[in-house]
Amino acid sequence: MKRIYVNEKWCLGCHLCEYYCAFANSGKNDMVKALKNITINPRIRIEEHNNVSFAVSCRHCEEPLCVKSCITGALTIKDGVISVNSDKCVGCYTCILSCPYGCISPSDQGAIQKCELCVKNAGGSPACVKGCPNKAIEWVER
Amino acid sequence: MPIDFLYPEYEVIRDNTRCITCRVCERQCANEVHHYDKELNMMFSDESKCVVCHRCVSLCPTRALKIVKTDNTFKENANWTGDAITEVYRQAGTGGVLLSSMGNPKPYPIYWDKMLINASQVTNPSIDPLREPMETRTFLGKKPTKVEYDQKGGIINNLTPQLDLKVPIMFSAMSYGSISYNAHESLARAAKELGTFYNTGEGGLHKDFYKYGKNTIVQVASGRFGVYKDYLEQGSAIEIKIGQGAKPGIGGHLPGAKIVGDISKTRMIPEGSDAISPAPHHDIYSIEDLRQLVYSLKEATNYKKPVIVKIAAVHNVAAIASGIARGGADIIAIDGYRGGTGAAPTRIRDNVGIPIELALASVDQRLRDEGIRGNVSVVVGGSVRNSADIVKAIALGADAVYIGTSALLALGCHQCRSCQTGRCNWGIATQRPELVRRLNPNIGYERLVNLVHAWEHEIKEMMGGMGINSIEALRGNRLMLRGIGLNEKELSILGIKHAGE
Repeated sequence: MKRIYVNEKWCLGCHLCEYYCAFANSGKNDMVKALKNITINPRIRIEEHNNVSFAVSCRHCEEPLCVKSCITGALTIKDGVISVNSDKCVGCYTCILSCPYGCISPSDQGAIQKCELCVKNAGGSPACVKGCPNKAIEWVER
Repeated sequence: MPIDFLYPEYEVIRDNTRCITCRVCERQCANEVHHYDKELNMMFSDESKCVVCHRCVSLCPTRALKIVKTDNTFKENANWTGDAITEVYRQAGTGGVLLSSMGNPKPYPIYWDKMLINASQVTNPSIDPLREPMETRTFLGKKPTKVEYDQKGGIINNLTPQLDLKVPIMFSAMSYGSISYNAHESLARAAKELGTFYNTGEGGLHKDFYKYGKNTIVQVASGRFGVYKDYLEQGSAIEIKIGQGAKPGIGGHLPGAKIVGDISKTRMIPEGSDAISPAPHHDIYSIEDLRQLVYSLKEATNYKKPVIVKIAAVHNVAAIASGIARGGADIIAIDGYRGGTGAAPTRIRDNVGIPIELALASVDQRLRDEGIRGNVSVVVGGSVRNSADIVKAIALGADAVYIGTSALLALGCHQCRSCQTGRCNWGIATQRPELVRRLNPNIGYERLVNLVHAWEHEIKEMMGGMGINSIEALRGNRLMLRGIGLNEKELSILGIKHAGE
């Protein structure tokens, strides 16, 4: 299956992926309307130290610890994509503790949030990949 | 604080209703134009640092930025223009030579734009390149004057080494050092894919690029940086650089600050030492001396590679080219006064040399008149901006063209003409690792390939329109050109008729 791969060699640390992610998941049709005067809470995050940077988002593991640890069954894996049902999520954050990559975070709506490869929003394909100016984030089959 | 006589030429305009303070402009500007104010939750810009490279404009996700020319003006004066006044202020402040980069930006005539191309109507049919074969393959090198047979009547192969180009477009010499590793990789990979050549410039050849040797022209310039046996053997041709269109008559200087790591290794000089290319080759003071170097290089490579001699287009270019052709060169490259550079004294760039169109026409004519046109191929560069320029160049007599600036534009260059600062925000003319990284060769090489493919299509369309199905039949076919708005002298140098004639 196609997965998101990041390449720190080409990551510029420009943080645009975070903004495109926040916009894609805002449900709004205009980036300014969606992101003006807010602090974004994206599902992809740039990790950086000195001159090294790369984007981190859900790896969609084949044996996901988050799904195993979910106490309510809110996290499920279907066709390789791990997604969250926020109606079932009780906000216990066990998944956040168990994710070895730190890719799950609390959502502004109370439940948790994670990268769902933009399958649930209007984008259809990952917005971070489309928005990356240097192909440092790729959505490919390997 | 002394008075600052210099007012920024351009302004950064931010539409604050659109700005989402994502700070990408701040992060991407190596000149530190933008900064974020936490208290006001707003971005601010200092246009005095802006070089107008458009990195921020291109990356701003909400198109909140644009750069405009300032309307702050001196009292109007057709002689003492704002630029003229500012340059005096600048030099009065620093006492230094004005430096700039890329090609001559002054409003001199562009002869490409004063020539029109022919097309067939009724009496000779035009050709549709999508339905019929169209040949753009070009061979560069000395052509034999006669067919020789052995005793059994078989043809003796008396062809000297040739460069085989799928399209008559090559990438000009740009050294590793003046441009980045990633820019070089993009050019090398594109040349390979396109079946053409790129040129190392005078900075030597990085070992990583030896694998593109078949598509490489290696340069030997006055500084002789990075020249040794393996280097000469890697390339498909060797170019002796005598001069460069952007700065004829002067040498080069890559500051010690840029001679780091791999660049020092590739150039074979100590880290931190200035790479100074002398103005002349100190072993070439005559055509005879040039001939010696041409043959030394041929000898060193077993007569297996064509030798190119590159000169800047200057006043006596035709006579010089004749000397070069007699000096044993296989290919002559001529670089016009609009050719680019990573750094040149502004006055030289803007005032020395002549237009490539006129130089090409007079060189081709002179070589033909002397009956030695077949001894050499002629390659021209120095602002070939599009496929029509190429068609016109070939019709004027060129065998192929060199593109440098156009190639850099394809890689993202925005012609801010600040290469000499070493802070290229597009990762091209810089050696700072965090900036070099911005040019991903996977993207870069694809854009170069796209550009040349696009031009190839257009060249074929124009050839087809003229009823010509082979680039050979267009070469030196000046009847396919007509001048527009040119005087008698210009027409006679170009060897073309005026439109309507």
